[in-house]
Amino acid sequence: MAKKATAKRAAGKSAAKAAPAKAAKVSKSNLLDYYKNMLLIRRFEEKAGQLYGMGLIGGFCHLYIGQEAVVTGVQAATKEGDAVITSYRDHGHMLACGMDPKGVMAELTGREGGYSKGKGGSMHMFSKEKNFYGGHGIVGAQIPLGTGIAFSMKYNETDNVCLAYTGDGAMNQGQVYEAFNMAALWKLPVIYVIENNKYGMGTSVERISASGANLHDRGKAYGIPGDEVDGMDVVAVHEAAEMAVAHCRAGKGPYILEMKTYRYRGHSMSDPAKYRSKEEVNKVRSTSDPIDRVKATLIDDGHATEEDLKEIDKQVKAVVSEAADFSQSSPEPDVKELWTDVLLEA
Amino acid sequence: MAIQLLMPALSPTMTEGTLAKWIVKEGDTVAAGDVMAEIETDKATMEFEATDEGVIGKILVPEGTEGVAVNAPIAILLEEGEDASAAEEVAEKGTEEAAPAAESKSKDKGASEKAPAQPKSANAPEPEPEWTGAMKSQTVREALRDAMAEEMRRDGKVFLMGEEVAQYQGAYKISQGLLDEFGDKRVIDTPITEHGFAGLGVGAAFTGLRPIVEFMTFNFAMQAMDQIINSAAKTLYMSGGQMGAPIVFRGPNGAAARVGAQHSQCYASWYAHCPGLKVVSPYSAADAKGLLKSAIRDPNPVIFLENEIMYGKTFDVPDTDDWTVPIGKAKIVRSGTDVTIAAFSIMVGKALEAAEALAEAGISAEVIDLRTIRPLDTATVIESVKKTNRLVSVEEGWPFAGIGSELGMMLMEQAFDYLDAPVARVAGADVPMPYAANLEVLALPQADHIVQAARAVCYR
Repeated sequence: MAKKATAKRAAGKSAAKAAPAKAAKVSKSNLLDYYKNMLLIRRFEEKAGQLYGMGLIGGFCHLYIGQEAVVTGVQAATKEGDAVITSYRDHGHMLACGMDPKGVMAELTGREGGYSKGKGGSMHMFSKEKNFYGGHGIVGAQIPLGTGIAFSMKYNETDNVCLAYTGDGAMNQGQVYEAFNMAALWKLPVIYVIENNKYGMGTSVERISASGANLHDRGKAYGIPGDEVDGMDVVAVHEAAEMAVAHCRAGKGPYILEMKTYRYRGHSMSDPAKYRSKEEVNKVRSTSDPIDRVKATLIDDGHATEEDLKEIDKQVKAVVSEAADFSQSSPEPDVKELWTDVLLEA
Repeated sequence: MAIQLLMPALSPTMTEGTLAKWIVKEGDTVAAGDVMAEIETDKATMEFEATDEGVIGKILVPEGTEGVAVNAPIAILLEEGEDASAAEEVAEKGTEEAAPAAESKSKDKGASEKAPAQPKSANAPEPEPEWTGAMKSQTVREALRDAMAEEMRRDGKVFLMGEEVAQYQGAYKISQGLLDEFGDKRVIDTPITEHGFAGLGVGAAFTGLRPIVEFMTFNFAMQAMDQIINSAAKTLYMSGGQMGAPIVFRGPNGAAARVGAQHSQCYASWYAHCPGLKVVSPYSAADAKGLLKSAIRDPNPVIFLENEIMYGKTFDVPDTDDWTVPIGKAKIVRSGTDVTIAAFSIMVGKALEAAEALAEAGISAEVIDLRTIRPLDTATVIESVKKTNRLVSVEEGWPFAGIGSELGMMLMEQAFDYLDAPVARVAGADVPMPYAANLEVLALPQADHIVQAARAVCYR
């Protein structure tokens, strides 16, 4: 099995580098969808940051701004019945799963109309309907859980896959490797999407990783193929995800995709991000922004005009604004909710 | 329209901060994402970014101002084309109606708003009907195996996973024969990886499968504690009731014989502490079977604490494949009038032994097998204490914050007037389990300790 890993990795690298050229093959409607979906996440997160600043959102709030291409590109490769699980930087994943922005924002404000009736918060939201399994606050815990979801898919003899997202910070948790071992051993249909945004809270990957900054080869010991992908290029992300999904659906077992990405904001709202320079952040924003890149492709290839895109901006802004209004008008949960949902009736 | 820029909250605990520095000045144009000011919180200096585009019309709070309340207006942002007079208007209005912080509002309300009382936990379920049919003589080991086999025949979603459960037939032979009958799809040998396979089981349970996760002993489940508590027990609540984990974690708990400190701990009070879990710990083979079947059918995570020494003990078990015992119902295993002894798992045997000795001394002891630790059948204990006015609690685990502590406190709260003596507890010695044979005996509750405690509360 170990042989496979190296071969696939090479393939992955070329896929990532070739992205701009291949963009020509991507249809106009796909590009417009990417643009719209990524913009929705960005505007939603900006609004969440704003509501946090106003004291309407409490506790921890981890924004996804900068990383939008990852979940947008990966989810574009999924089909009905596929499942998603992730860590606590999770708002983007919910939107990409088709969850209602109103319900997500209302959960952030701790209201009755939130996905968890206000009882979960930013880090703990779920949607059975959309196969979104949370929102987990313990670093790395979602990896065995996601592996279990994939176990269930195989047990039930479906060809569905589970997308288990994780940050780079979780890649030194023991349970991640416990899960890798079982997933490879039992050929479970799970794709581990490592969103390597370079910092686990305030510590850079290089500073805590004995094997360097590359994380896609962390499955090598278990024979799990891994690709490195330009996570700021939604087209490259989608292509890599298509390949990984096909691998899983064919019953060949787990796959690792390491998305090289970047978060523009701090780890959480209260992180001043002094561990990296302003220049570093600005450089990524100005040269690699995933939304700007798609926008450029759309305009350069004549798929859309500035005016067309402004219209999309307007639509997205309206959706987010409606979500923000709902999140403030929805009442706080009934106090009786304090005691519900602890156990189900046997 | 011109909008007010408000002092932002930049940490979970911030109520005010210092406006350290303005990066922009009146008349500057800003776009979303531009840094406008630096704000010092109690923890750090943070940048305050624009979320809308516009022109800084007026700065209301000069830099260097300390103690600026969250949500106080600090500047006015004009839309393109608006002039400074718009800023003046908004500024005047703003001082009158600064946007209220939703959270502080809610906190104030919380202080005056009364928390609803915890709903009375549903009354303990009806006890299982008395079995009048044929009985068969079985060990606890066989009863547990039959429970799993019957439930696996009944429901294709049930599967068993754990170390050595399949080919080896179980480290303690509880899963004997299951691989042959159900195959390796449903009887799964795992690597030695408790945290990992517990998490995998919980993930499978989220989707509606019904895993039975065997721990070779509950001592090893400490590795898996995070997945059991944070993932299995809390998800139903965190998801607002959308998603739960119908899963059974089972295996031997407590001391065996001479296996030392790391293999001899009772975890009853650890798990019983946590809302979102049910905790079961049977004594007899009939209860082991009936409760395990109920646990597998239960839609919640159930911790099923067995005992290695009990595996080989033989009891009469109803001869049927549909024998269930309700979770949450204790059982009076010996009636008496002078003192109540409450115990669970292997300690029920010690309590019965003690009751026999007490009878010889003229003391009539009532022995309650708690069977379920959470939800605890307090009604059965209270009813018994109303009659005997005395309680001795017996457990193998450590005394501090143990099940006995809970029983004592529960009686203080709910049956204080019925007590004629302080509640006594008999528990394991408050030390890691020693290896030496003589010390191990001293570390574990014995029938004689129970006799002494019962005599003490009876003042005889």
